[in-house]
Amino acid sequence: MTQLADANASVVVEQLRSWNAKAVAQVVEYRGETTVVVPRELLRAAAQQCKEDPALNFDLLSDATCVDRFPLEPRFELNYHLVSIPRRARIRLRTSISAQHAAIDSLVPVWPGANWLEREIFDLFGIQFEGHPDLRRILLPEGFEGSPLRRDFPTEGKR
Amino acid sequence: MTTVESAIGTTKTMVLNMGPQHPSTHGVLRVLLELDGENVVTAVPDLGYLHTGIEKSCEDKTYSQSITLTDRMDYLNPLGNNLVYCLAVEKLLGLEVPKRAQYIRVMMVELQRISSHLVWLGTHALDMGAMSVMLYCFREREEILKIFERFAGQRMMTSYIRIGGVALQPPAGWRDQVKCFLDMMPARVDEYEALLTENRIWQGRLKGVGRLAPEVLVACSTTGPGLRAAGVAFDNRKAFPYSSYEEFEFNVPTRTESDCFARYLVRVAEIRESIKIVRQAMDKITDEGPIKAEAPGIIPPQREKMKTEMEALIYHFKIFTEGFSPPPGEAYVAVESPRGELGCFIASDGSPKPLRVHFRAPSFINLQALPRMVEGQLIADTVACIGTIDIVLGEVDR
Repeated sequence: MTQLADANASVVVEQLRSWNAKAVAQVVEYRGETTVVVPRELLRAAAQQCKEDPALNFDLLSDATCVDRFPLEPRFELNYHLVSIPRRARIRLRTSISAQHAAIDSLVPVWPGANWLEREIFDLFGIQFEGHPDLRRILLPEGFEGSPLRRDFPTEGKR
Repeated sequence: MTTVESAIGTTKTMVLNMGPQHPSTHGVLRVLLELDGENVVTAVPDLGYLHTGIEKSCEDKTYSQSITLTDRMDYLNPLGNNLVYCLAVEKLLGLEVPKRAQYIRVMMVELQRISSHLVWLGTHALDMGAMSVMLYCFREREEILKIFERFAGQRMMTSYIRIGGVALQPPAGWRDQVKCFLDMMPARVDEYEALLTENRIWQGRLKGVGRLAPEVLVACSTTGPGLRAAGVAFDNRKAFPYSSYEEFEFNVPTRTESDCFARYLVRVAEIRESIKIVRQAMDKITDEGPIKAEAPGIIPPQREKMKTEMEALIYHFKIFTEGFSPPPGEAYVAVESPRGELGCFIASDGSPKPLRVHFRAPSFINLQALPRMVEGQLIADTVACIGTIDIVLGEVDR
């Protein structure tokens, strides 16, 4: 039994644990927000569960973004912000991936709205999304080299 | 040899390039349209012509320096951008903002919402061929910009909302000016409606155009007036109140038709609701009181104190040379911008510069629904759909 300050987050953690005992690797609470850390291989299934479990009902994928912890490993942290409109609840799913294998299952099959968000992460961080229907650069021009939002990419650009 | 005659009948569809200089794409949006006659078969938006790397630039600046960058994302809603960024930094710091500053913030962002919807209405009417509406809308918007100029010294890139509060005390005589605007505005909204709502051309161009089911919109992560016009009453001001919105009384206008006309009606109704909120905020703002939180080392000290207190001078020097360092952690804050859920995610590693700043840009995400909206419709309807999604390219591309 997990005791969390946020009642909604306790529901999420319990529902996910009862679905799959390995689904929740860690729960982080900070400044009133709850982050559920999910193992990378379970991300898509856990997201599907969050959406379809009637007790969770996270119907809107509000945001997806990446944090580069270079030079730490695993380097990339992917953060997915989910909203349940009927339940007025929010939760953040997080998973970490390393630089050697910078790839993760796409969430487009779960929420079509993940499409451009993942393209943006692919464009700016160079992370591959497996199963994405249209993984192309979105903000930068086609011929651009490098991933500018990585921490080892200089702010002034490469000359 | 290929002649025009020999090409006739050999291909069924053609590709038309719309933008990035097309006036109805509101900036530098490019859409590739595959057409079968006048009908759109597929539409592929192409973005990035205004990408300025704001998120990367933020990583190289101290927390307070980035505020001026946020103005330049959604340039029709600079105060809202300031607000979401400052709320995120304040959340990271665990900083409490004085009530008076919160009410001033609410008043300013609601005025901003009115001005943004006015620009939307004016430009959209222009796209649809009703030129005079634009002139009326910009007339009222000018009054709002004058209010901003008096409050912040700037008409558009105000940077008025700062970490811990707002930049300046409200100017002398502000109440009369805002009240004068509020008294005038409802009649003016009636005027726009008199010009448009029952207008047969306006209805013909918008009714039944760009329909999408609410489930599709939610799945595509659409938020804002576009979602509310489909009957989903999701508004961050009500669902997850911030900056004391829970103390204000207002309705969340919704429609169920989910077409371009419904989006128009929702936005007009939102202007009226915002007028109500500004009125309430005016009553809540007291004549005297703090506009900034008390947090030495984070909020710059008052000029007077710097002349008499050594610590104040040291803090001032440290804030403007190295900045301040929030504890390591992440924060995500979402506000309701005129276009939908505007979010700001900040990750701190405990240094004076953020590890990562990310903006959830509603224009960018709402634009995703465009291909689904226009496929099967006419080219002219594409213009109506782009208009009613209400994009600001500065925010789409960031």
